[in-house]
Amino acid sequence: MALHDSEGHRRILRSLGMLPVLIGLGGAIQIATRVFTGEGRFLAAQNLSIVAQQASINIVLSAGMTFVILTGGIDLSVGSMLAAAAMVSMLVSLDHGSAGILGGLFAGLILGLANGSLIALLRLPPFIVTLGSLTAVRGMARLMGGDTTVANPDLAFEFLGNGSIPLIPGVVGIPWLAALALSVILVSWFVLRRTVLGTWIYAIGGNPAAARLSGVPVRRVLLFVYAVSGVCAGLGGVMSAARLYAANGQQLGQSYELDAIAAVILGGTSFVGGIGSIWGTLVGALIIAVLSNGLILVGVSDVWQMIVKGLVIVGAVALDRYRSRGGART
Amino acid sequence: MDAEPLLEMRGISKTFVGTKALANVDLAVHAGELHALMGENGAGKSTLMRILAGVERADPGGEIRLAGHPVDIEDPRRARNLGIVVVHQELALAPNLSVAENLFLGHEHSRFGILRRRQMERECRVVLDRLGVDLAPMERVGHLSIAERQLVEIARALLAQSRVLVLDEPTTALSTRETDRLFDILRELRSGGLALIYISHRMAEVALLADRVTVLRDGRLVGVLDRRAIDSDEIVRLMVGREVTSLYPRTRLRERQDATILEVRGVADRHRVRSCSLVLHPGEVLGIAGMVGAGRTELARLLYGADERIAGEVYLNGTPLPPSDPRASIRAGLAYLTEDRAALGLFAAMSVSDNVNIAVIAADARAGGLLNRGRAAERSESTIANLRLRALPSATAGTLSGGNQQKLLLARCLQPGPRVLILDEPTRGIDIGAKAEIYRIIDSLAATGVGIILISSELPEIVGLADRVLVMRDGELVAELSGSEVTQEAIISLATGATRPRLH
Repeated sequence: MALHDSEGHRRILRSLGMLPVLIGLGGAIQIATRVFTGEGRFLAAQNLSIVAQQASINIVLSAGMTFVILTGGIDLSVGSMLAAAAMVSMLVSLDHGSAGILGGLFAGLILGLANGSLIALLRLPPFIVTLGSLTAVRGMARLMGGDTTVANPDLAFEFLGNGSIPLIPGVVGIPWLAALALSVILVSWFVLRRTVLGTWIYAIGGNPAAARLSGVPVRRVLLFVYAVSGVCAGLGGVMSAARLYAANGQQLGQSYELDAIAAVILGGTSFVGGIGSIWGTLVGALIIAVLSNGLILVGVSDVWQMIVKGLVIVGAVALDRYRSRGGART
Repeated sequence: MDAEPLLEMRGISKTFVGTKALANVDLAVHAGELHALMGENGAGKSTLMRILAGVERADPGGEIRLAGHPVDIEDPRRARNLGIVVVHQELALAPNLSVAENLFLGHEHSRFGILRRRQMERECRVVLDRLGVDLAPMERVGHLSIAERQLVEIARALLAQSRVLVLDEPTTALSTRETDRLFDILRELRSGGLALIYISHRMAEVALLADRVTVLRDGRLVGVLDRRAIDSDEIVRLMVGREVTSLYPRTRLRERQDATILEVRGVADRHRVRSCSLVLHPGEVLGIAGMVGAGRTELARLLYGADERIAGEVYLNGTPLPPSDPRASIRAGLAYLTEDRAALGLFAAMSVSDNVNIAVIAADARAGGLLNRGRAAERSESTIANLRLRALPSATAGTLSGGNQQKLLLARCLQPGPRVLILDEPTRGIDIGAKAEIYRIIDSLAATGVGIILISSELPEIVGLADRVLVMRDGELVAELSGSEVTQEAIISLATGATRPRLH
């Protein structure tokens, strides 16, 4: 019985993934802010709301990235697609108001489908294809605004970036950004765990040859995951534009793909595909956001922020490997 | 055999979380002895060899002696230094490096960090000559056949001055001719004073080669047989723990069927398969025999559409199948069980239930592609019951034994309700209990009218199960045998080209 118990504990610990790291990190930052600044500012409601907003765009990108990485692929172009989608949504919003939202999502979908077509139909390696579109789509984003910032002070959908959905009117609300991010996670969970498509995604990542022989429509599924990543980047673009009332093709979304990949990997998704969960990705993205926020609160310079962030990402994954040794290898 | 054994393992036990993999097992092997180690999958053979190779540590209490001295094999490096080498089923060679580079991998000759290529090649050639192997030292290992790679592994063991050589199922992927050559080499090594441990499922090989046999069952030692006492019935009885009445059941009626369920006309690929035609009747088991490399797997893949047909047609019940579309083949009622379980079949990280259901989840799904979890559970539970699979539906497929994995893949093939089933080496590397199960399933499927194409390198299997046998050689179907013509001797002589094929 004792053996079974310890096995059970291990399984629970494994299923929690990086959650203990997130909680520990939050606790440490709370203590650090109390020590360095005299008050525990991290757990204040207002700060947590800021963290949620800061995390939300990365959560959305990471959700799309999870689909792609689960098939054993990679999408390096999400930051550029985000910028292009933000430009489209701003340009559309100037004349057509809220239709800018659809414009941004549609732009993301088209770019994602373009990536997916090259990968699924022409069978080019995902790394190469999305490395190319990382650059090319960035160029398109700059081209669209004539290489300048497009602003719209009367943005019809600015509430998405700055408003809240009141839960108890006037007292507690949930920021629209966070609500969108959470919805994306829930939908992703549903697709991955409750639909045929989700099972196919895991199958392709786990064993592509076996998937094909078992009658899984591999190309269509690959096309789908890159389209999902594009739509998520499109939504991220709309969210960024709404928050800033503006979009700039050159700066917006620079190196966002790295944070998204980091969140997915921190969340325990295998880089070779087939293993991972969307909850892990959510926790991974929150770890990155909490860390950035905490370092700012404690007053660490941005140079050191970068160094610490990088080390924490590697350290957290190393810890996870150490802990789950003997379990399924990822 | 009265002298002190070269290798002696005494009272070896190994406990994994919750299970006892080995309980107080002894093994003694003399220099100049070929000692067969037998047992069903999961009997503990591999664990015992992993302990010998330093990959696993035994529980305290046991002892390993080499030439009379107790040794502590704490890691694989130590094992190698002691002269213990294991040639694994999954060969551990770097395909991108040359034969010579592989032989010296990790122990390269160098001077001031610069490789002494010439010297290594020279020594490599000496070892290869000693084995009587005609291979160029500079040949890339990736270009070699499985049999040749195995010889490279053995050469590596010789080069390491090994005293104990363990071969794990070395003939699984070899043709009869390659097997014979390997046996010659093993006999040579034995007379050279090496202690050989030979793991195999094949009774005939053990009867032919072994000086003694140690049999394990469920992690326990159940018998050690001397050369004179080696008898396949006795070994099977020890391995299984019960009498195997009939390995090849035949409950179906053997009657001449005139209906055709599968018709293949002149199919060919770009490389190996040349203009193959065949006809399959409902309820028939059609064996396809031939040497490894004759093109049997390639032919099967062409029929299924796993690789592209460049010529010829395949009709299933009169419906033509597209040249390269496994999905369409499944829909038409064709199923294919791959020969390469790990690489082409199993989703190791997914559950038993997902593995069984993957080909039918779309057909079972509710509106909008929602998984029908109730139906999936029914399918996986009835599979577990019918195929006597020892696993829970939620278990991770990669943790199952080879035999259970194979049953799982067979169950997957059966879910869409195929009319024609192509089985490619359905019993490779699985234990005798699981084999008997699979033979039973083949027989009962045929009895329900499913047409079965059985590809196998195990001739007793072909002879025991098939109603009719096609012999393949060099990419062509060269002969057809049926009824009393189906004998191992006839198949071998046709497959090797010793007999002129009867054209049909």
